Amino acid sequence: MELLSGAEMVVRSLRDQGVKYIYGYPGGAILHIYDALFKEPALTHILVRHEQAATHMADGYARATGKAGVVFVTSGPGATNAITGIATAFMDSIPMVVISGQVASDMVGTDAFQETDMIGISRPIVKHSFIIKHASEIPEVMKKAFYLAESGRPGPVVIDIPKDMTNPIDKFEYSYPKKAKLRSYAPATRGHSGQIRKAAEMLLAAKRPVVYAGGGVILGGASTPLTEMAKLLNVPVTNTLMGLGCFPGDDRQFLGMLGMHGSYTANLAMHHCDVLLAVGARFDDRVINGAAKFCPNAKIIHIDIDPASISKTIKADIPIVGPVDSVLADMLAALKDIGTKPNPDVVASWWKQIDEWRGNGKMFPYDNGDGSIIKPQAVIETLSEVTGGNAFVTSDVGQHQMFAAQYYRFNKPNRWINSGGLGTMGFGFPAAMGVKLSFPDDDVACVTGEGSIQMNIQELSTCLQYDLPVKIINLNNGVLGMVRQWQDMVYNSRYSHSYMESLPDFVKLVEAYGHVGMRITDLKDLKPKMEEAFAMKNRLVFLDIQVDASEHVYPMQIRDGAMRDMWLSKTERT
Amino acid sequence: MRHIISLLMENEPGALSRVVGLFSQRNYNIESLTVAATEDPTLSRLTLTTIGKEEVIEQITKNLNKLIEVVKLVDLSESAHIERELMLVKVKASGAQRAEIKRTADIFRGQIVDVSPSLYTVQLTGTTDKLDSFIQAIGPASILEVVRSGVTGIARGDKVLSL
Repeated sequence: MELLSGAEMVVRSLRDQGVKYIYGYPGGAILHIYDALFKEPALTHILVRHEQAATHMADGYARATGKAGVVFVTSGPGATNAITGIATAFMDSIPMVVISGQVASDMVGTDAFQETDMIGISRPIVKHSFIIKHASEIPEVMKKAFYLAESGRPGPVVIDIPKDMTNPIDKFEYSYPKKAKLRSYAPATRGHSGQIRKAAEMLLAAKRPVVYAGGGVILGGASTPLTEMAKLLNVPVTNTLMGLGCFPGDDRQFLGMLGMHGSYTANLAMHHCDVLLAVGARFDDRVINGAAKFCPNAKIIHIDIDPASISKTIKADIPIVGPVDSVLADMLAALKDIGTKPNPDVVASWWKQIDEWRGNGKMFPYDNGDGSIIKPQAVIETLSEVTGGNAFVTSDVGQHQMFAAQYYRFNKPNRWINSGGLGTMGFGFPAAMGVKLSFPDDDVACVTGEGSIQMNIQELSTCLQYDLPVKIINLNNGVLGMVRQWQDMVYNSRYSHSYMESLPDFVKLVEAYGHVGMRITDLKDLKPKMEEAFAMKNRLVFLDIQVDASEHVYPMQIRDGAMRDMWLSKTERT
Repeated sequence: MRHIISLLMENEPGALSRVVGLFSQRNYNIESLTVAATEDPTLSRLTLTTIGKEEVIEQITKNLNKLIEVVKLVDLSESAHIERELMLVKVKASGAQRAEIKRTADIFRGQIVDVSPSLYTVQLTGTTDKLDSFIQAIGPASILEVVRSGVTGIARGDKVLSL
């Protein structure tokens, strides 16, 4: 057997795991590993400009590919800078393996230079974490880390490695395990067949069924069986913010996103449904509005890989724990086995009602004004048109995120990438970089705002170094839009610290970083300039688009109300 | 309602902090906690008592089970079980009090495990209620120090919590 140092084992394990990219930033405690990385041609390392961006890059990669993203950070500030990105991944169940350097074992606990208790700090925001106690255990721990990160309900895993564990002089036998052995971890592999049959029967007998599908469908690779089942039953489908793309956005059965900024039709259908099939969704507070008034007449079937997600906020009538793909496949089989179809008259009358709610207009209507000022909604509609709905779209957090979710038509899974759970500003740009690295031939657009983009704008430098020609769609309204919306609606328009009074000239700024910047102020330039930007395949283009600052995101659910209680505009409510 | 949750977990550094962290992180309540290695040195047995509504207890057990280091878990209060807590109490015992303390300890089947001219140290095992009753019977004025182990327990009959 080969003898390797701990540092070499880390790098070799990554190679043997099939990892291609590492996002990171070197520093004292992790230098032995970086030295081993220098000699390993199979791995590509991306040097970010801030560790938070490394975690978001890894996260973007993971969301687009389904595989764990890998991050290297050093101890102390390197580790703490990674925390926001780890928490972001944790909240959205994204597989990630973060390797953090640590001060040498004999220095741990002495308040040594760049020492921080990474295991302690990250504990509530990781699926699991390891600290290396002996170099020889590195391959086994690495295998376990990837297995844990990617299986069951995915999530981030931290491996904290004291510097002496990677000493190049101490060598040990290396072999990478084929399987991770964990006696206390066994995620469900199949759903309960009796429960699945009961659910199938309930769906067949339903008068007003709705499918509410979330990010779990994308994580679990279950778009195909979900779509097939929805078609078989002719049942309306709504998606959570995280689930967009798991059911084709162009399909007649799609009602749009639901929840706080969900569509009128989706929220009304939810409120009136009699059977709700929740798949890979967790009844988040931004979805259900007032829990006590949620779907008053619905029997709830809830499919999730994580038992702790079931009956957490809303009690399930038929809980089914299991991987969404196999449960849905089993449910399809059960439906076919039962052999009956839903009563066509009942189906028709439910669709008649839904079509009445839907009307003939847009899924998310807005007032285009007189065209003198660009509406943010129009920017996303144009983006959807210019990219044919086929781009990878990442977003930051705020109004632009909601507009992107509402107006971009996602027809495929894994293409809509945003921080739904934690709501991390600064996520979108590095996430787009992580996607672009793995999908160099695809269009990758980051929809952002002048607030969010400044939280990780330093990565423009990384993009030049590694040639990552993403397109940045900056909805620049000069204010923190979502904050201002709440201040308008809740705080009588007292704009407490929601200004950006000293915004940079973004065009000059991106040019200083070596990229292309364009400012768009006129609606008639919007489409041609956007086309021009996407035609520049090999350049990062930053579109600084001046949009209406007075625009609000609608619908907006009324706090503590039912699903159907919404503001539809500044003056109308349901 | 009060629940006694007993679990086997990997006897590794950090495992206990994950269990305790879960309770503060998710705003669960923890009344007592006791932990030690088992006959298998790779496993620790942890017993905790908590009070909460049924939905909360369900979430507590689910989230404990989710911790990678938790191998097996049982809610002892769901079926017949034995629960015990150990208490050591230092009480003033001089003059006429001395005999009275001794009698009370006997009634509760406690043992006097340490003696000085002016005080007794009484050792008592039993349910939490019994220990509380002893403290009441002695009266807080006489008590100098109390130390309790927290509740531990085991299922009655053939049920066994093991791998």
